Amino acid sequence: MSDGRPVPFRGRGFRPRAKRGVGLAVFVVLVLLIEWGTRAGWIGNLTLPRPSDVLATFVELWKSGKLWEHLLPSLSRLLVGGTLGITAGIGVGVLIGLFSYIRAGLVPLVAAIFPIPKIALLPLFVIWFGIDEASKYALIALGTFTPTVVATYGAVDNVDRTLVRMGQSFGLGWLSIVRKIVLPGALPGILSGLRVSVAIGIILLVAAEMLGAEYGIGAYILQAGALYDLERLFAGVVILSVLGVLTSALIGAIERKVLRWRV
Amino acid sequence: MDLTLQHITHRYGDVAVLQDISLDIPAGQIVCIIGPSGCGKSTLLRLIGGLEQPDEGQVLQLGNPPAGCLNPLTFVFQDFALLPWRDVGGNVSLVLEDHAMNEQDRRQIIDDVLARTKLADFRAALPRQLSGGMKQRVAIARALAVNPAVMLLDEPLSALDAQTRELLMEDLIALWTRAPFTGVYVTHNLAEAVRLGHRIVVLSRRPGRIRDVIEIDLPLSDRHMNHPALEAHQARLWNLMKEEAAAADQELLHV
Repeated sequence: MSDGRPVPFRGRGFRPRAKRGVGLAVFVVLVLLIEWGTRAGWIGNLTLPRPSDVLATFVELWKSGKLWEHLLPSLSRLLVGGTLGITAGIGVGVLIGLFSYIRAGLVPLVAAIFPIPKIALLPLFVIWFGIDEASKYALIALGTFTPTVVATYGAVDNVDRTLVRMGQSFGLGWLSIVRKIVLPGALPGILSGLRVSVAIGIILLVAAEMLGAEYGIGAYILQAGALYDLERLFAGVVILSVLGVLTSALIGAIERKVLRWRV
Repeated sequence: MDLTLQHITHRYGDVAVLQDISLDIPAGQIVCIIGPSGCGKSTLLRLIGGLEQPDEGQVLQLGNPPAGCLNPLTFVFQDFALLPWRDVGGNVSLVLEDHAMNEQDRRQIIDDVLARTKLADFRAALPRQLSGGMKQRVAIARALAVNPAVMLLDEPLSALDAQTRELLMEDLIALWTRAPFTGVYVTHNLAEAVRLGHRIVVLSRRPGRIRDVIEIDLPLSDRHMNHPALEAHQARLWNLMKEEAAAADQELLHV
């Protein structure tokens, strides 16, 4: 018994944990590496712009007031179009989740619309809604609509049926069951679907602005690209990335607030 | 209010689950239904509670539910079926909100049932904060809130550990002793059946038929753990079920 060996530990790994700051560190290291490369010359100045120059461009954009001139129209387009598409998407998704006939009728239709690159329809929307804001709203709305529908009816399908049976066994009305059991139960799935929908909304926003807008982040990037002004182009791209990160963080904050009951 | 089951037969597709079940459930008594796994006990309970329709036969209510009864046939589920986004008070409130009553009456009912199930201090707790036993107490409180004529208990203690099960069983006995309710109690646990059942209905394996009905006269309040008379009943039940359970265990599932 005296020559006992400790049992080797074999339960290591396969357990992702939140590591604070690692994401930021990767980002900072990458930027510093590019800065070093462009200064040292092993990255050509036509390959990538110098990060410090991009920053200077951005600061200038800010100070001249042009930032808001481009950002505000973009934000309002995203907000209006996204709200329309997401509201309609949640509504239709819930109806598909609840009614067999609506499901049978609309699921193939949604499947047919989903893979169409919505940007290909912009000329059509320009004819229907005019060259102004309405066509951009419609494009973003349609683009956010389909992923929201798919996420919503999937979420409704995944609501615990035993909870629905429980509601029925206590004689709850149909509307009560939908409002108090089905919708709150589907909320986690709907919110995680929103992340995808909003990202698609941002992509379509830029695409729409590239095809016909005087102001907007997309227009700004297009102008810069036409002049091969890489600093301005990258400043625009950075704004889009930040927008993406911010909307994702916003949805995360909403999730933490309304889904406190989750384990 | 009494219940009568008349020649209930039920199938899922080609598989007969229940065959020709006839049974009386008199008011004020607890009827336990036991049988090997897959014999259709839970299906029978859902048929009694109107959550499924039998292929043949019918379930009849005799007489009217007592005054003040909001939901005559009320379930307690094995997996508790609590809304995870509502706290304890909210889960009880859920089943009262569809009935016309003022805020004060509702509050009073919630207070009363939470006190009866020893949950008064946990009103604002969310289900994820509660142990299994506490969750099932909440489900029992919710069932009591609608003042049921018949409680339909579907393996209510099966998801709990042995100690919690014993505690909750004593609670159920105390609740019944204080205010006798009509109960249909489905379980695969013979010890629970002999503790709680005035009558014990033994089902055969699939398709479920009634093999035997055993009456136990001993008052519920006198039945404690390891009571010799109960142990004799339990041994007798086990002899009835042993072969069936072994055969049921060997069966292939066709689901």
